[in-house]
Amino acid sequence: MIETSQLTKHYGNLTAVDHISFKAQPGQVLGFLGPNGAGKSTTMKMIAGFLAPSSGSARVCGFDVETQPLEAKRVLGYLPEGAPSYGEMTPRVFLEFVADLRGLTGDLRRRRLDDVIGRLHLDKVLSQPIDTLSKGFKRRVGLAQAILHDPPALILDEPTDGLDPNQKHEVRALINAMARDKIIVISTHILEEVHAVCNRAVIIAAGKLLADATPAELEARSRYHGAVSLTAANAEQARAALAAVADIESIEIDPQDQRLTAFPRAGKAIFAAVSEVVKAQGIAVSELQLEAGRLDEVFRTITQPHVKEARA
Amino acid sequence: MNPVLTVFKRELRSYFATPVAYVFIEIFLLLSGSFTFYLGGFYQRGQADLEPFFSFHPWLYLFLVPAVAMRLWAEERKTGTIELLLTLPITMWQAVLGKFLAAWAFVGVALALTFPIWITVNYLGDPDNGVIVTSYIGSFLMAGAFLAIGACISATTRNQVIAFILTVVVCFLLLLAGYPLVLDFFRSFAPQAVVDAISGLSFLTHFDAISKGVIDLRDLIYFALTIGFWLYANAIVIDLRKAD
Repeated sequence: MIETSQLTKHYGNLTAVDHISFKAQPGQVLGFLGPNGAGKSTTMKMIAGFLAPSSGSARVCGFDVETQPLEAKRVLGYLPEGAPSYGEMTPRVFLEFVADLRGLTGDLRRRRLDDVIGRLHLDKVLSQPIDTLSKGFKRRVGLAQAILHDPPALILDEPTDGLDPNQKHEVRALINAMARDKIIVISTHILEEVHAVCNRAVIIAAGKLLADATPAELEARSRYHGAVSLTAANAEQARAALAAVADIESIEIDPQDQRLTAFPRAGKAIFAAVSEVVKAQGIAVSELQLEAGRLDEVFRTITQPHVKEARA
Repeated sequence: MNPVLTVFKRELRSYFATPVAYVFIEIFLLLSGSFTFYLGGFYQRGQADLEPFFSFHPWLYLFLVPAVAMRLWAEERKTGTIELLLTLPITMWQAVLGKFLAAWAFVGVALALTFPIWITVNYLGDPDNGVIVTSYIGSFLMAGAFLAIGACISATTRNQVIAFILTVVVCFLLLLAGYPLVLDFFRSFAPQAVVDAISGLSFLTHFDAISKGVIDLRDLIYFALTIGFWLYANAIVIDLRKAD
């Protein structure tokens, strides 16, 4: 379990992290969302035992990061922001160095090294200095280092930042494969990632925890939740036809692509009614979709007031 | 394996992974040799000892040791690996000690490679080898003290050039702490007891004593305390300035 309680960090007058409390259980992939400078990395650095909290506490698998730092560090795998590693070393020597500091010896050491090298496809670059590797490989070396000791808890700070779509997909697959029995906390500002890997999302802005829910619950907060979008040959004709549906609160047409979105009245489902109208009136529709909700819109709605407040 | 040893090995290897190590060692050997023969008048003195060789060590170290020390922590800060290192299950002390000892061992290698001059002087005459051994010990201890200062200053910044220059200045002041240049400044406002204390901090005084062949416990304690003090400060600086 990763648990923080009223975790706070001040830098002079600035409060980077403001009384953040949450718990993550095994099997959970917790996504840390927030605009840049929201305090995501600072929170992770405190849990990883790099920065000391100004007040509050953090525990990893029951070990307090301040009073039992070594025990907490032993059960935690940590990928710092930007995946730093020693550039003059080769991935093999670097991973062996980490294995030594993690206290891995003998057969177990060999098996773990083989396992992470295989999982992250590092075999081709094992004896090339890390400095000469591409960004994607550097990130994978960082990930390999974090999971080398097969830790029960993992903190990954922007694990897919700077990767190309294929690499992103691979890293997400890796996280999903490990998710079953581990506690994983990842930070990201890519919202699609939340869908791809997280089963719980925490939104932070200006150091405050603003939301803690599943991605589906967050989407349900969107005004798009339950809305129906369609692309019609004649948008105005479709709007006029849909105006008759009683449960529709309002209709908007995207000025750019002429896509029409009908918003339901609170608590009403309108998809059946809309498709009925489209069929009955013979409106030519090239696409019709029920919206689950838009995370980016929820994200903006939740964080924007706080971002402005922080700037003022 | 002991974490100190693991950090030590990695750090020492990193010196030899780049040309830095070879450049350093060559320059050190070249300068120490030419100072001995040209400035020190090794032959002209007509004495079989290594006094002209060791007497230039403080001045060589003044510029070369800060160059070894400057990267110790500044580079970790700059590349962000400090965060990696300190979130692995090791204590701050193990990290500080492992890195310092690696740098010290590296300078030790350079110092050991000056052995041909020892052979030369034995070939040419009949020197007091006991004095030479204590001189080597004194020189090595002094290098350690310079390094500890450099390690601490390196921890305050992510810029290696700043670390280098500040270390040179601090080492220069400590070298000359027993000389009028430094003491006159303090005499202008500090009581005599303070001035005496400062003059007692001089590297040169303690190094001269050891290189005369006298191993006085006080000189050894002096260097041990200096190293200990600066490494302690090193750990504190890192702890305080981790966030930067």
